[in-house]
Amino acid sequence: MLSAALMLVISAPASFPALAQTALPPAPYANRQLDDPAQEKKARDLMHSIRCLTCQSQSVADSEASMAGDLRSEIRERIAKGEEPEHIRSWLIERYGDWISYEPTAEPIMWPLWGVPLLLLGVGGLLVAGRMKRRGAATDGKKGKQI
Amino acid sequence: MKSRWLLWLPLALFAGLAVFFIGGLQNDAPRVVTSALVGKPLPAFNLPAGASDRPALDSREYTKGKPRLLNIFASWCVPCAAEAPQLMALADAGVPVDGIAIRDARADVDDFLARHGNPYAHIGLDARSQVQIALGSSGVPETFLVDGEGRILHQHIGDIRAEDVPGLIAKWKAAQ
Repeated sequence: MLSAALMLVISAPASFPALAQTALPPAPYANRQLDDPAQEKKARDLMHSIRCLTCQSQSVADSEASMAGDLRSEIRERIAKGEEPEHIRSWLIERYGDWISYEPTAEPIMWPLWGVPLLLLGVGGLLVAGRMKRRGAATDGKKGKQI
Repeated sequence: MKSRWLLWLPLALFAGLAVFFIGGLQNDAPRVVTSALVGKPLPAFNLPAGASDRPALDSREYTKGKPRLLNIFASWCVPCAAEAPQLMALADAGVPVDGIAIRDARADVDDFLARHGNPYAHIGLDARSQVQIALGSSGVPETFLVDGEGRILHQHIGDIRAEDVPGLIAKWKAAQ
């Protein structure tokens, strides 16, 4: 009995992670999966790539913030109605800017992100080519000596 | 000789990146996310009444030719209580102010307004943050200035301080 009461006292603050948040229950699909697994997967993939605006380094899929819950429900309900995930993403970007999406875009500010791997691959290729040439020349030389 | 200098390049790159990343880790202030809808039309919405003695809020209120302030607030939000006197001052200066209560219940809003004053002409209840999201608002409190044709002119993020009031009145007057 005592230990049960103690547990309640200990767990009570933990069940309200953010004190400044609302007492209203979460939106219907904030924590409930869609019945259709294919739709749920679509919704989940999108939720993992949408930034939570309250806890900014988390996705809305990971965040306990009430606004993230509302966004999860919004996303699931729209997907259930047949809306495409990329359409929902662009609707959100129209409102919050690119920063809400974790998916890199093709905007000029992202060009280094796409360009650097290609550049490094090129440099690596040149290094390997150079080394192989030198090694080729060295073994040729050795062979020449041996003969 | 040249290649000896080149040897230091990876270390220099590492040092540069280390400074950049450690700097990024030190800076843990959340980024202020402004709405991308500033300068664009207010999205259409129709919300039920958020308080018992004020009419509900419809976005058509913003196409009647007069600029208005749209305040996003909540009874559970502490900075909203702090900005209440400033909203009262704006309303007293003749600026029409409407409110959208986020994730709220009417009884709680009534209680909040009884305690902190009621500057609002209309109050809408956005129980699931849907209009807040449609507006590109990322928290409470936030205030939008909308012109008489329903275009969002300005977004004030965070609570309105006493020193912000004259600027907001000037912006509202300029929008006439």
